Amino acid sequence: MRVYHFTEQPYPNAWKDHTGSLRVNLPNGKLDPKIAADLYHRYYDEWLVADDVGLDIMVNEHHQTSTCMSSTCIVTLSIMARQTKRARLLVLGYPLCHRTDPLRAAEELSTIDVVSRGRLDMGFVKGVPYETAPSNQSPVMMMDRFWEAHDFILKAMTSHDEPFNWEGEFFHYRQVNIWPRPWQQPHPPVWSTTGSTSNARVLGEHGYVMATLGTGYATKPLYDAYREGYMSKGRPAPPADRFAYLGLVAVASDEKTARARGEFVADYLRTGSIVHPPFRNPPGYLSVADNVRMLKGDVRPRSGTRDGRFIDMRTASVQDLIDAGVMFCGTPDQVYQQIVDFCDYCGGMGNLLMMGHAGYLGHEDTVDNLMLFGKEILPRLKDYRQPNPAAATAA
Amino acid sequence: MNAAAEASMPSLTVNGIRVDMIERGRGRPLLFLHPEIGIAASAPVLDRLARGHRVLAPSHPGFGRSDLPRSMTTVDDLAYFYLDLIETLDLRDILLVGVSLGGWIAAEIAVKTTERISRLVLANAVGIKVGDRETRDIADIFAITDEEYDQLAWCNPRNAPRDYKSMPEAELTAIARNRETTARFAWSPYMHNPKLKNRLHRIRIPTLFLWGTNDRILSERYGRAYCAAIPGARFEPIESAGHFPHLEQPEAFASRVLAFADSK
Repeated sequence: MRVYHFTEQPYPNAWKDHTGSLRVNLPNGKLDPKIAADLYHRYYDEWLVADDVGLDIMVNEHHQTSTCMSSTCIVTLSIMARQTKRARLLVLGYPLCHRTDPLRAAEELSTIDVVSRGRLDMGFVKGVPYETAPSNQSPVMMMDRFWEAHDFILKAMTSHDEPFNWEGEFFHYRQVNIWPRPWQQPHPPVWSTTGSTSNARVLGEHGYVMATLGTGYATKPLYDAYREGYMSKGRPAPPADRFAYLGLVAVASDEKTARARGEFVADYLRTGSIVHPPFRNPPGYLSVADNVRMLKGDVRPRSGTRDGRFIDMRTASVQDLIDAGVMFCGTPDQVYQQIVDFCDYCGGMGNLLMMGHAGYLGHEDTVDNLMLFGKEILPRLKDYRQPNPAAATAA
Repeated sequence: MNAAAEASMPSLTVNGIRVDMIERGRGRPLLFLHPEIGIAASAPVLDRLARGHRVLAPSHPGFGRSDLPRSMTTVDDLAYFYLDLIETLDLRDILLVGVSLGGWIAAEIAVKTTERISRLVLANAVGIKVGDRETRDIADIFAITDEEYDQLAWCNPRNAPRDYKSMPEAELTAIARNRETTARFAWSPYMHNPKLKNRLHRIRIPTLFLWGTNDRILSERYGRAYCAAIPGARFEPIESAGHFPHLEQPEAFASRVLAFADSK
């Protein structure tokens, strides 16, 4: 198993002084650039610790939000490409539908791949609903734009003989010939995320690494849909390395300290959805059928515990989050067992995207969290034998 | 409208695109282009307009239950669709009436040709930019809550249809489709075509602007600037009405339209 350390690079100092929205329309006057600089440097330092202890690195981007100061993933990736030595560098994700220019995306990502000497994992996502307001990119036909941008970027990364022409439905270029071309051949590995079985199946058909975020013990239907898509192309059952899962991690030598860290980390879930309501569901982002369901007042929770309870992540206790597989929290032995139980439930999961920092967790706690994980848990996860893929599909 | 009425709604196919179309009355054709919230067969304004006219009120492609071809992405596409519809039905001497988004479509039709159109009515129409780049001419309806929207759009917010939980599935589906299709055509540039204002001089038929004066999606100043860009166009306020004067003041709306139709 590979384990990636991830933080959203939040600005939690603004979370206690707002009028119902931490994203999109929270005035940026509430950000003190001096505090922001300290936070950025701190988060970069923590990723360097992750690199030292054998963890890999995951970064993302969001826009106009105090929950994530990474407004372009390329800045963090650039710094990590130069300053780290061995870690894989996963961006999950690069929000293709909020960007106007896939040529620029291909150029940026190829450059990161070369500077890092082939360590980039390239996660493409469509982007969250509330950021159609800042980007002003239409929430209608987003997935059509996503796949055209995806097709274009891969063609740009794999065309080496002469400039090519692209006059598509959404993007137009006439002389495409990116410099540099990527280090990894034919291109860096492609990852994506999903919350729907229909999209999971499509990702399976492509054979890309599929991540789900905080889906806990409601993950398996998504993995099963991926397996169906993967095998529909004449392949055997997908190995565990095709699956990734983002969970919060709070580990400490004693359970009491771990739970205290868990409380800080859980503030990520408690703050992430605080956004002015109209930005949550822009027109066209969800299907007509989903919107009809919501108009009727039928809102389905996304996460469930192993014993079938649904939980509301905005208000759940640390214990509920542990029960739901949303957070892995406790002593190293406990956390190892929670992760392995989750992998067994999934039928194999080869990439843990570990939110090793979130919310109000301080620097010393974060470093201790990462070092303990690297020393006590990571070696055992490397030795862990994933369930047989064929058994997962036979069940 | 109830589900049974919806199911029996007559439709029309133009160039392979099937749209629902309400038809009332006899006489000179009155083509009514609905706003972004669609049109219900039960809207009282339709019967009032049908006094002496053949009212044709289609649901635009992508609205209500009407087809939406993938290739249709702009209001310009809708304007060409309606030019095709007019030819298919061989309509002549048309009274063309549009409200809000429907007014924008009507203006886009009229700058192309008025060969078969004799009079134009634009009510609380969107479609152009009048202020400077930092002035929001048209309220950002996708950035406000339902309650805020009702306050801006209606003279009396209690007129707003918001009782979603008691609505039949077909009506909810239409509401969801109308919202998505509006964004498809009007997300950016927001609710207007930057080219349209400089083309409005081409409209040389008698034109009437009707304006619900309690509209806070659009200002009356916006309406008067729009009106001033069309040679000879007249501006008539409608009191006690917001963004949808045909719904809040159907009698006043219809009588103004019909008086304009008969005027010299």
